[in-house]
Amino acid sequence: MASPQTVFGSLKQFEKGGVEAIDANPKHYTFSNVFEVASQSKPYEKVCVGKNLRYVIEAVRAEGNSPWYAASHDEAALVMDGTVEVHLVKPDQELVPESKEGTVLVGTEAPKGKKMGWIKAGKGHMALLPKGAAYQFRAKKPAVVLIQTIMGDLTIERWAEICQK
Amino acid sequence: MSAAPATKPRAAVSKASKAKAKSLGYKSFTAGNFKFERDEYFAHIYYPGGRHIIPVDAYLRSLMRDVGWGFFYGTVNFDNVFGTINHYGTVEMFIGLLNEAYKSTGRHYVETFDAKKLKKTFEDMLGDWTNAGFDPYAAPNETGKAFGPKKGSNLKAIQRQRMVARRMVGLPGDLPMRSDKNGMKVNPQFKDVPQDKPEIHAEKGFEKEVHAFNMFAYTSRSDVTWNPSVVSNVKDSQFCATTEEHMLPIGHGNDRVEWFIQVCDEIIWDIDDGQTGRPLAKVVMKAGDVAAMPSNIRHKGYSPKRSILIVWENNDGSLPDRHASGELKPYPVEF
Repeated sequence: MASPQTVFGSLKQFEKGGVEAIDANPKHYTFSNVFEVASQSKPYEKVCVGKNLRYVIEAVRAEGNSPWYAASHDEAALVMDGTVEVHLVKPDQELVPESKEGTVLVGTEAPKGKKMGWIKAGKGHMALLPKGAAYQFRAKKPAVVLIQTIMGDLTIERWAEICQK
Repeated sequence: MSAAPATKPRAAVSKASKAKAKSLGYKSFTAGNFKFERDEYFAHIYYPGGRHIIPVDAYLRSLMRDVGWGFFYGTVNFDNVFGTINHYGTVEMFIGLLNEAYKSTGRHYVETFDAKKLKKTFEDMLGDWTNAGFDPYAAPNETGKAFGPKKGSNLKAIQRQRMVARRMVGLPGDLPMRSDKNGMKVNPQFKDVPQDKPEIHAEKGFEKEVHAFNMFAYTSRSDVTWNPSVVSNVKDSQFCATTEEHMLPIGHGNDRVEWFIQVCDEIIWDIDDGQTGRPLAKVVMKAGDVAAMPSNIRHKGYSPKRSILIVWENNDGSLPDRHASGELKPYPVEF
């Protein structure tokens, strides 16, 4: 008997399902595909593909070096395709107040602080973006990352462009 | 405990049925005015006004999820007639409450129970009615049969705990990684899922914060189906990864919006109206697809090959009331 083959998606190859409405509005299912979204995004645009009140999931096309980011809460990065490095710095001074939610742009240069280390994450790997740390993504080739976070100033909502209508 | 409607006669369990269950070695159970019997093939649910019957393998698979999840979020429909609604402290058990025909003809029946007491009754029932060799968490191809007279038990299988990471799987003091050593082997359907690890280069003093793990590999080692376990948290935002094979035993009617992220392979979802069971849509999800499940529907999934799904939940305890009052719309986004 042939071994079962597990089918993952990628930027280069993905197949999209969809909503087959019987008596429903497909918009209510907010249906999109992360590889399709990333294939149409600029590097490091944080495009919202899931929204549950203030919580969001962002699809990110990782390509080259990102700016440095920080958040007042934990975030998680799940690599869906490709390989991404995550470099982490513990800033000497607090970059984001507790009251501010979502990813905050720090700048193109690393903030002053201690190097915490770095992670090389491949497909399927999930990295912690710890509360209070600054981080930067680096990807030699285009990759796709899902960010579990809270809606912030950098979150982009373009539902009409990415979702089934 | 309270009941409605109250005018119907009490459940009448036939002497023959009781004697049959006893001769097969199974215990009978009572919760309020509900009485439960099993025979070789079926679970019989007696309630004031009638009797409902469910194939016992399907019944035990649904009961396992109801017990394992502590009545879960919202409604657990065992089928289109019988189920439970979680009110987080109390639980409604119903016949026909969410079935258009039963409701419109007044043939529905509902009782409210203390959640802990009903869970204990359900756990005892699951323990007694699950025979050796049958695992209600497993896909049908992975387990023995549920049928026949009582033959031992399978407490090890039914007492598995739902795994919940406090921050992220693999962090010190949090949920451990799954491995061959701790008995969590890669499921045969996922033999081709890479088991590599991320490279972690932590500077001294930051070993507990510089962290990553292979989430796909971790999930490929799940020994249960249709049983989400929390892998990462951002405040009340929970990523719950699960492996799915064959079909979701229940029709889940959430009391809030939840989201699905299909990691690999394919699941076909039947979407029905949460209150009536009327079909609304089919949602076909392939690798990389993301979809919301509105708060006013019930869904049942079919996974022809074992697949990985992330169920994304918002654990904010105020949401059921805010949805029920109409403050929040049943779908998450306007566009």
